[in-house]
Amino acid sequence: MSATSYTIVNLPDQRTATIPKRNYLNNEDGLLSWLFTGDHKRIAILYLISITFFFFIGGAFAGLIRLELLTPQPDLVASDTYNKFFSMHGIVMIFLFLVPSVPATLGNFLIPIMIGAKDLAFPKVNLLSWYLYWIGGLFTLAALVLGGVDTGWTFTTPLSTHYLNTHVVTAATGVFIIGFSSIFTGLNFIVTLHRMRAPGMTWFRLPLFCWSNYAASILMVLGTPVLAITLVLVALERLVGIGVFDPTKGGDPLLFQHLFWFYSHPAVYIMILPGMGVISEVISTFSRKRVFGYTAVAFSSVAIALFGFFVWAHHMFIMGVSNYSALVFSLLTMLVAVPSAIKIFNWAFTLQKGSITFETPMLYAFGFLGLFTIGGMTGVFLGALGMDIHLTETYFIVAHFHFVMVGGMLMAFLAGIHFWWPKMTGRMYPESLSKLAAVTTFIGFNLTFLPQFILGYLGMPRRYHAYPPEFQVLNVLSTAGATVLGVGYMLPLLYLGWSLKYGAIAGNNPWQATGLEWQIQSPPLTENFIETPIVDHEAYDYEWLAHKTAQEVTTVG
Amino acid sequence: MDNAIVATHPHTHETAVAAEHEHIVLPQHRHHFETQEQQREAATFGMWLFLLTEIMFFGGLFFAYLLYRNWYHDAFVVSSNQLSIPLGAANTAILISSGFFMALGVWAAEVKKQGLLVLFLVLTTFFGVAFLGIKAVEYHEKWEKHHIPGAHFDVSEFINPQAYGLKEKPLAPDMAQKTQVFFFLYFAMTGMHAFHMILGIGLLFWLTWRANRGEFSSGYVAPIENFGLYWHFVDIVWLFLFPLLYLINRHPGS
Repeated sequence: MSATSYTIVNLPDQRTATIPKRNYLNNEDGLLSWLFTGDHKRIAILYLISITFFFFIGGAFAGLIRLELLTPQPDLVASDTYNKFFSMHGIVMIFLFLVPSVPATLGNFLIPIMIGAKDLAFPKVNLLSWYLYWIGGLFTLAALVLGGVDTGWTFTTPLSTHYLNTHVVTAATGVFIIGFSSIFTGLNFIVTLHRMRAPGMTWFRLPLFCWSNYAASILMVLGTPVLAITLVLVALERLVGIGVFDPTKGGDPLLFQHLFWFYSHPAVYIMILPGMGVISEVISTFSRKRVFGYTAVAFSSVAIALFGFFVWAHHMFIMGVSNYSALVFSLLTMLVAVPSAIKIFNWAFTLQKGSITFETPMLYAFGFLGLFTIGGMTGVFLGALGMDIHLTETYFIVAHFHFVMVGGMLMAFLAGIHFWWPKMTGRMYPESLSKLAAVTTFIGFNLTFLPQFILGYLGMPRRYHAYPPEFQVLNVLSTAGATVLGVGYMLPLLYLGWSLKYGAIAGNNPWQATGLEWQIQSPPLTENFIETPIVDHEAYDYEWLAHKTAQEVTTVG
Repeated sequence: MDNAIVATHPHTHETAVAAEHEHIVLPQHRHHFETQEQQREAATFGMWLFLLTEIMFFGGLFFAYLLYRNWYHDAFVVSSNQLSIPLGAANTAILISSGFFMALGVWAAEVKKQGLLVLFLVLTTFFGVAFLGIKAVEYHEKWEKHHIPGAHFDVSEFINPQAYGLKEKPLAPDMAQKTQVFFFLYFAMTGMHAFHMILGIGLLFWLTWRANRGEFSSGYVAPIENFGLYWHFVDIVWLFLFPLLYLINRHPGS
């Protein structure tokens, strides 16, 4: 492992290597063995297929939006169709892709293995949450097929309750049900992390991936029920006309905003925190160093979860909340940037003097670092009251949250998928093609969303399908970027599918990483561990790994 | 195999002790838990977390209630007077009895008395159904008086209370409209509570059937214990609803 080596990849001899005879993938056969499985790894795979399906539906809507915005005139679709496009894009991407993305796939797969357990605490509840996800997903698809929803993903009252004749109730039911899927996932993670850790696996020996998923689970468990009751109220308001959010009957539309954002701001952290966990693992592995300031990174996840509950009103600065509360929420919003910055700085110090190699997951992680930092910093702009009044409801906002969600979370998700792909499937993805995809995604992303910062600053409002002609150049750039981005996302789908059959055999630990999941066979056994591991070392202890590997060699020789 | 692992790696003092005392593996022991103690703790912890999400779920409604009570105080006071304290108090007593028998049921399961457990579960169910019956009587009265929010909501009783033989101060028509907000919240909160009761009674039937087959008589009490937690939570929600909706500031100035 000299400083000059280009790679740390350490694959077994391909002429003799085989996939382990018994593993979780071939333990049982048949569709039913998948549909009624209690195995957390199989449920993770089910989730992976499902969220990929919905990701491409949401992506198709994004493509249609960008296509309409290619020209200043409203020429591709009518305005209400355009409203349905961006609403469905938002609902599908947020509730059916981003919220479950890392926790339900990688988290489900890895958390039990990382802590040395055989499964999550409640395997049946885990399976139930996948079914709830699909029932909710089918409701959302039904709303889509029946004619769509045009409220935006926020279901804002009184628009959603009084002025629209679209399938709001169907979509809200879908989101309500998906919410319970996410509650059950979070509940399962919290109980598992508290009660199922292997002997010796103390809280401060947990990989940071577990910490960040723990923090996200707290948010899921505490935030999502509030969204659920809010959507029940919206549905009742529409169906019965009860008037909690209707000023003519004494209700208050601002109450909806408070209740909705009480969930939906923490939801942003539900989406980003697990991604941060992935980045911690990837950066440590490809710098061959323990994460700098482990404790600070661990606690900053919990701090984000805590602060995340006290900033919701920054979505409402221009909605007539009092100046004093706006001031307090602005201050709290600035504060939530602190733990995020702690993470970024600690990752940077992890890189410093590390033996860095540039495998695909690392490229995605670098993408995350840059893009998330821009996304986070522009969040501070928007948290400042004066700037917010100028920039809110413009493309600046759109660019900001896409930098965090797509540039941050999606990059982290792809980093994680590539990083753990050898563990999940036992095979490697094609290295050069995947590096190309990572670079394509990065370029496409910047081309799509950097122009939108400028557009927003110049005053182009969001959610309109026509705009003044002087904005066309930047919009064309953005649409071109979206095309590149689309290619960047199609590539992994193709070559990861290809690698399932033709990829190189990965062996147990292709990255020479330290986590417990890398010390077992790939793909793992259904019961993960033959014997419950006893943990006697800290997380990211590369000396322990080197020592262990050295001993293995002597035993074999 | 599970036992072998327990014997070699007891990871805390408690589980070590538990493993020494309990060598029989219950049929309900799930393979992925090291010990039955761990399984029981995990289930209880999961239930507490679930109840936390329930608190947040009801929290949205309580928040709306506090906000609107503050805004439309007069309308809320007058509408609150429409609720019957005797019926509400009777229901409170009934629900506490139900909770009491549930607690006895948990005890009966722990001391492995099958007959008593079934009896207590039946009593718990009986009082739960009685609660819902009285609630239905109250709802029916609101229906007859047109106090159900919606198109048929009628405010005349609040604008002109004397005509209905009430001693209330009459409300101005715009404030009288706000009584609808109270009644909506009343129905949403008690309705959501009743919905939880109905779910609970469904579960009680299932648990009684299982208890009758003797499933909880061999030391496996987690389902009874955790259902007990849920049932007490539903009780506690009512203990907050009753004062908020029926009692607070009922006759100001008197």
